[in-house]
Amino acid sequence: MIVDIGIVAVKAFLVLFMVLNLAGILGWIERKGSALIQDRIGANRASVFGFAGMGLINTLIADPLKFLTKEDFVPPEGDKFLHTLAPCMTLFTALVTFAVIPFGDVLVLGERVINLQVANLNIGILYVFAIGSLGVYGIVIGAWASNNKFSLMGAVRGSAQMISYEVAMGLSVIGILMVFGTLELQEIARGQGTLIRDMLPESAGFLRSTVGRLPAWGIFLQPLAFLLFFTAAVAETKRIPFDLPEAESELVAGYHVEYSGGKFLMFFAGEFAEIVTAAGLMTTLFFGGWQVPYLMRDGFHFPWGEAVVLPHLAVTALQVGAFTLKVIFFCWLQILLRWSVPRFRYDQVMRLGWKMLLPLALLNVIVTAIVIIALQ
Amino acid sequence: MVPLDYYLILSAVIFAIGVIGVLVRRNLIVVLMSIELMLNAVNLTFIAFSRYLASMQGQVVVIFVMAVAAAEATVGLAIVIAIYRNRQTPLVDEYDAMRR
Amino acid sequence: MDASVILFYVISVLLVLSSLMVVFLRNVVHCALALVVALFLIAILFVMLHAPMVGVLQVLVYAGAIMVLFLFVIMFLNPTASEPRRKLWWGFGSAAALLLAASLAALLSNGEAPADPVTATETFGSPETLAKSLFTDFVLPFEITSVLLLVAIIGAVVLAKREP
Repeated sequence: MIVDIGIVAVKAFLVLFMVLNLAGILGWIERKGSALIQDRIGANRASVFGFAGMGLINTLIADPLKFLTKEDFVPPEGDKFLHTLAPCMTLFTALVTFAVIPFGDVLVLGERVINLQVANLNIGILYVFAIGSLGVYGIVIGAWASNNKFSLMGAVRGSAQMISYEVAMGLSVIGILMVFGTLELQEIARGQGTLIRDMLPESAGFLRSTVGRLPAWGIFLQPLAFLLFFTAAVAETKRIPFDLPEAESELVAGYHVEYSGGKFLMFFAGEFAEIVTAAGLMTTLFFGGWQVPYLMRDGFHFPWGEAVVLPHLAVTALQVGAFTLKVIFFCWLQILLRWSVPRFRYDQVMRLGWKMLLPLALLNVIVTAIVIIALQ
Repeated sequence: MVPLDYYLILSAVIFAIGVIGVLVRRNLIVVLMSIELMLNAVNLTFIAFSRYLASMQGQVVVIFVMAVAAAEATVGLAIVIAIYRNRQTPLVDEYDAMRR
Repeated sequence: MDASVILFYVISVLLVLSSLMVVFLRNVVHCALALVVALFLIAILFVMLHAPMVGVLQVLVYAGAIMVLFLFVIMFLNPTASEPRRKLWWGFGSAAALLLAASLAALLSNGEAPADPVTATETFGSPETLAKSLFTDFVLPFEITSVLLLVAIIGAVVLAKREP
């Protein structure tokens, strides 16, 4: 009993450690990466004994110190308790979502089999959506407590955008749920380990020999759903091109204009943690999660017949490493997206969410259902 | 194990608090929120009975209650917006146009 | 006195406290946030009662969408009128006493319901069993509810529209 709780605590600590560190490093990648894209140098002035570390010292040490030592200012007419609560809610919902994302298969220590996922809920993906819908409160409360019309406008836009794209996000995932037949994320990740060949019936001979050699990743089975989910996830995290709620040039930083110091750092970290969470979800649902192509529990099994046997710890390390690499790739992709495209106008955002993503997601569900029934 | 009576008392207390809210508060939005509180107390009773009698019907009914509550809250808030536009106040004491 | 009973007591105390805050706080936004906390605690109770699917739907729909709608309306309207508090105290006193008496009557009157729950199977309350029940036994109310939601959407849009 105590050992079980200890194992869960260790897993939770590991996940939090990874997410928060990645959020910090993403801040650095954002500053240096945007500088590279915009043909400038970026932040490189803060240094320790002359070592500036390409802006790492600046972003990871100097900036947090600066934020944490600033004065904690609440607007005079604003609500003091709510003003402090709002960034806590944003950061909390961003971090807690990672509890159901599996970062590995199983780790066998002696006779104890540890599932590499903090919480294996039977409602799996719905937990992510539920916590995501709670994330709207951070914005709404933060803007209300700021007693500022710009904040309020930014919050109204932001929350309307978030609840619109929650619908599209949920519907786009239904195709994946239909294909793998379960809500649990660890089962979806495990289900992507088979080859497509094993999911097709005997009669589809041509398909089996061409497409069937690929691993059954979600991106191959549901490409449209991936595009819809990617768009909806970027809109949920309010990154550019969907960042009108916090538009720096129009709304004076929108709903966190009255925040400074540690609370702004929490909003900031919460936003980067949401990027990591969105990347984690994308890898788990569409890119096999921790799966390395053709790697089963005892080693590599290539479709052309060869097999390489590996010890269990090596397999687990490879899988966790693959998961981390995929998550970093999608985080990098979202940051690249931010500095490449201009932002949408607000009515364009709403039109995209309701008139384009929603019908396409419903169409995806119908086509998936037809294909599944036809292939049985 | 927690006996069934405890859940029933809890939901009765929540229901009673919701009724106080509907009767006492004059702000229309708080009245709507108290109605939601009463609906949730009823949901708790249904789920408790569903567990203790091992029947899925209670949970299915709760889903329908939630859907109906969502519809009712939406229409209720739309009415609040419409009335507020007319009367400029959320207090139900001021909605007395038919009395005069 | 195992862990689930202690957890139940803690959650029920917090739940009663937050419901009282919903009814008795002056600031409407604080009332709405207290209601969000109450809904979340009720969702935890649902999960304890082996209804995880209904619990997560409660968070998704109730705490995540309906209460956001409430907060939207509160922010838009910005109601600053304060309510009179004087002559309603005895009104609430009698109402409270009456209904709490009714709740105690509920305690005294049930002897047939099993005090210990029937041992639940692994799949009780899981999405599969709930969906099976919903789409076979209850498919007609399901379809009617979808029409009801459509009617509610149309009604809300018509009611809240600005006169051109």
